[in-house]
Amino acid sequence: MTPPSGGVDTASDLVEGVLAGNRRALARAITHVEADSAIGREVLARIYPRTGRAQTVGITGSAGAGKSTLVGALAREERKRGRTVGIVAIDPSSPFSHGAILGDRIRMQDLTADGGVFLRSMASRGNLGGLSESATGVVDVLDAAGFDVVMIETVGAGQDEVEVANAAGTTVLVANPGGGDEVQSMKAGLMEVAQVMTVNKSDLAGADTALTQLKALLAIAHLGSWEPPILKTIARTGEGVPELVDAIDRHHAHITSSVHAVEERRAQATRQLIALARAALHREALVAAATTGALEALVDSVARRERDPRNAAAALLDAVKAQWARE
Amino acid sequence: MTQERPIRVLIAKPGLDGHDRGAKVVARALRDAGMEVIYTGIRQTPQMIAEAALQEDVQVVGLSILSGAHLELFPRVVEELRSRGVDDVLLFAGGIIPQDDIPAVNKIGFKGVFGPGTDTNDIIAFVREHAPVRA
Repeated sequence: MTPPSGGVDTASDLVEGVLAGNRRALARAITHVEADSAIGREVLARIYPRTGRAQTVGITGSAGAGKSTLVGALAREERKRGRTVGIVAIDPSSPFSHGAILGDRIRMQDLTADGGVFLRSMASRGNLGGLSESATGVVDVLDAAGFDVVMIETVGAGQDEVEVANAAGTTVLVANPGGGDEVQSMKAGLMEVAQVMTVNKSDLAGADTALTQLKALLAIAHLGSWEPPILKTIARTGEGVPELVDAIDRHHAHITSSVHAVEERRAQATRQLIALARAALHREALVAAATTGALEALVDSVARRERDPRNAAAALLDAVKAQWARE
Repeated sequence: MTQERPIRVLIAKPGLDGHDRGAKVVARALRDAGMEVIYTGIRQTPQMIAEAALQEDVQVVGLSILSGAHLELFPRVVEELRSRGVDDVLLFAGGIIPQDDIPAVNKIGFKGVFGPGTDTNDIIAFVREHAPVRA
């Protein structure tokens, strides 16, 4: 088929193209889903029954932990094993200009020439919790396009970013040698979302300490039927990466095994649904708040110290509910 | 409350240049102007640039080159883009491109050519004016 040109897309052409493995159509479909356009919503609705086949992997950890390099190394290992890989790499947007520099491709240059890999960079766009909506939609499109593994990489800071990684079947926490990791990961609540952990840059001093700290934290965590393995990797050289893929696969087998499959599918659906509902609720509530005009008045009263912010927030919620009742 | 979609730009360096200061200055200026800039690093082949432009669905591709191989590499980038059906992107170039070569570079499809000393505001204005509108 002829690849669609910019600006004249139809949902039918895009769906047909995505399912047929047309990369241009896939790229355009992702753009529509990310923009949450009418076409994007229709594409998602129509491809969703064709999703659920891909193994989804979230990669999260603090800035500079080596996530992009690790995702590149994981993708190379998956390719060696004959699997195709879709990647969604999310970087923050500037809160000031709303622009972004998306540099994940720098660490994955060699993968660009590989037809079995599709990498899409996304900016967080800071759009009122909409990151969860758009990013999970993009994962669905890559899933429907037939990629065996779909990885999603986010900085483990901020609820949206953590939620996005957590929407994957398996979430990998990337930690580093060096002071503070233990408390930092507890603060961020990252321990709770990860099913596989790795101490990356493990050739640096302090790797064993970091490993011990993570183990100690796990020992006091509330674990279900799966005990998260903790590995050591050097993403730059690829050391430990095959073992990491093995661990991810073991977790995938665990959640897809007959004993856990139903339970896990429900748990994942719950996480996704709550994340998306939270984002939608947030957006709708702000729209309603703006419509009623209550927001402005309450802001004034808080700024004048006539009313405390918590009381004002409750009053705002009442105004929003009243507005919804009228609609 | 859908926000206006930011302009997406790919900044890439074809060929064997060893440094990328200029490309980074431009990438940063476009970012500060509210655009989403995908930066791929140095030593890109025409195939890699075209494939990145396709996967990222950018509206604009900016190439920076210092080596003098622009008349060799630019047509190959355009060819690789076309073969992937990416025929609707705005192309511009920067780096060391002799005055005499500019008409040829324009003819290949690069609407703007920005040499050393260009005010980044001129590049921002150029991109805003000419970037094709997408969903």
